[in-house]
Amino acid sequence: MALLSKKDANLIKDPLADNNPITIQVLGICSALAITAELKASVVMAISVLFVLGVGNVVISLLRNIIPAKIRIIVQLVVVAALVIIVDQVLKAFAYDLSKTLSVFIGLIITNCIIMGRFEAFALGNGPWKSFLDGIGNALGYGVILVIVGFFRELLGSGTLFGMKVLGDPIAKTGLYSIGYENNGFMIIPPAALIVVGIIIWVQRSRNRALIEEA
Amino acid sequence: MKEKLHDLKVKYQGKKMAPAFNALHTFLYMPNETTHSGAHVRAADDLKRTMNTVIMALVPCLLFGMFNAGYQHYSAINGFPESFSLFDHFLTWDNFWIGVTTVLPLVIVSYGVGLAIEFLFAVIKGHEVEEGYLVTGMLVPLIVPVDTPLWMLAIAVAFGVVIGKEVFGGTGMNILNPALTIRAFLFFAYPTWMSGDKVWVHKGVERAGTADAISGETVLGSLAQGSDYAYSLSDMFYGFIPGSVGETSTLLILLGALFLIFTKIASWRIMVSAVVGALVMGLIFNGVVDAGWLPEYSKFYALMSFPYWQHLLVGGLAFGIVFMATDPVTGSQTNKGKWYYGFFIGLLSVMIRVFNPGYPEGVFLAILLMNVFAPTIDHYVVRGNIKKRLKRFKTATIYPKSSDEVDTLKTETA
Repeated sequence: MALLSKKDANLIKDPLADNNPITIQVLGICSALAITAELKASVVMAISVLFVLGVGNVVISLLRNIIPAKIRIIVQLVVVAALVIIVDQVLKAFAYDLSKTLSVFIGLIITNCIIMGRFEAFALGNGPWKSFLDGIGNALGYGVILVIVGFFRELLGSGTLFGMKVLGDPIAKTGLYSIGYENNGFMIIPPAALIVVGIIIWVQRSRNRALIEEA
Repeated sequence: MKEKLHDLKVKYQGKKMAPAFNALHTFLYMPNETTHSGAHVRAADDLKRTMNTVIMALVPCLLFGMFNAGYQHYSAINGFPESFSLFDHFLTWDNFWIGVTTVLPLVIVSYGVGLAIEFLFAVIKGHEVEEGYLVTGMLVPLIVPVDTPLWMLAIAVAFGVVIGKEVFGGTGMNILNPALTIRAFLFFAYPTWMSGDKVWVHKGVERAGTADAISGETVLGSLAQGSDYAYSLSDMFYGFIPGSVGETSTLLILLGALFLIFTKIASWRIMVSAVVGALVMGLIFNGVVDAGWLPEYSKFYALMSFPYWQHLLVGGLAFGIVFMATDPVTGSQTNKGKWYYGFFIGLLSVMIRVFNPGYPEGVFLAILLMNVFAPTIDHYVVRGNIKKRLKRFKTATIYPKSSDEVDTLKTETA
């Protein structure tokens, strides 16, 4: 017997491909542009969102029958805020430098539309196990794009990956730099992230033409 | 050769590679399938002809840029000649040779990469190759510093053509001027190669930090640092100053402008209004300085007190106005819109120059910004026109036409 039924597996698979929160639903763009200059920050951001969305979806799903409909947004905000503060404190305690790099953007996970979107669209109407899978799936879909963008931006913009000089040393002129290669400063600035995300959207839609919206 | 290409064209008709053969054929020769008789509208100014006219207007700038590359190089090493003579110091084989070895590769890379991408997209999308890159490919080498590494140029051209043009649907559909997109990409990606005092003279970067170091700061660069520059007004006008390859000679740009206006390729409205915009902004800055509102220690003092009309002689302003702002695809389409569009290009260019020391040249940013606003300008011009006509319609008295009477008579009698 498979670990997950087909329906449950789709909850994870869909957001990774044909229903990706960033490239198809175009949500969570703000943080995708802001923190993807380094791969490390992208990975940490992806893990943070994974935690917040996975746990948050379960909590909201458990509470779904006792939350009064009129104040559900406030309740959702309280849950996200609590989870985000936990993530923020953990990062400050164990990875202070990273928390500095990510600065305000960990706090801004609260406003990430993917999270509120999944609470509203899924967790309020489904059981905890399904909500958990949905949360994990969407967070992974978000994280995958973040890591791809972060990979290209750090590699082309700084010539490093996770801070390691994979292309050689730009100052000592070793590796690629010895033949005149130079880092692309354009990749460091946020507009480059927009273009990289755009290219991912382009590639995805030309591979699966069913995704192209009617003009 | 022509027949062979035609045979290939027929043979591959409908196949994947067909657009590539078609393009080569139409680029090199007149197509075999032309109409010979009958009622057809025939005009000589197709896209290819338009593009070629602009290229012809650019050739003097290119040739001048080749000589100037050498002139700046030798002058930076040996010092500027005391009594300048055009044929002894400028139009020499030595200078031209430097131009051949530095500028021609830029042209070749620009065309090679750009056209390769156009061909590739034509084959993938299955449409005919468009001639849109012909002018862009010529503009690009003229607006970069002479020593721009070729691989950087190749990457920038690929970026500009794909992201700046093909994603929008190819020639004629682009929002941003591709040549300026390429320039902007280079500027933000490799700032050390695109600004500063080392890049404008051949071998400047290579020699930096050695005993043979040479430098040639542009006029604007000197002004931004508040230091003096050693170029006379006539140097600036004729173009014997450091700068990007083809933008220095205001005289030749002016000739190109007249040629383009005479052949009705470029819009004189945009050129005139852009010049007016630049002059107005320059006058405002001069006025602020004259009124004594700006202390002399201000870092803007040198640039703001720069005589307003001289802004047109230095940097890429003239080149941008004549060859880039007038791009018929990315500019405003309505005549009234062209006035606004041009005016703001001039105004913003001078404003960016003066106020942002990070960007000693603001023309390309100003034009790109106005490219984005051009459709909005057109929208409001059209709306305004509709409103005006509706108003006129409301107040108009409409007399019955004589033909109407005939019709009513007919119905009555019938």
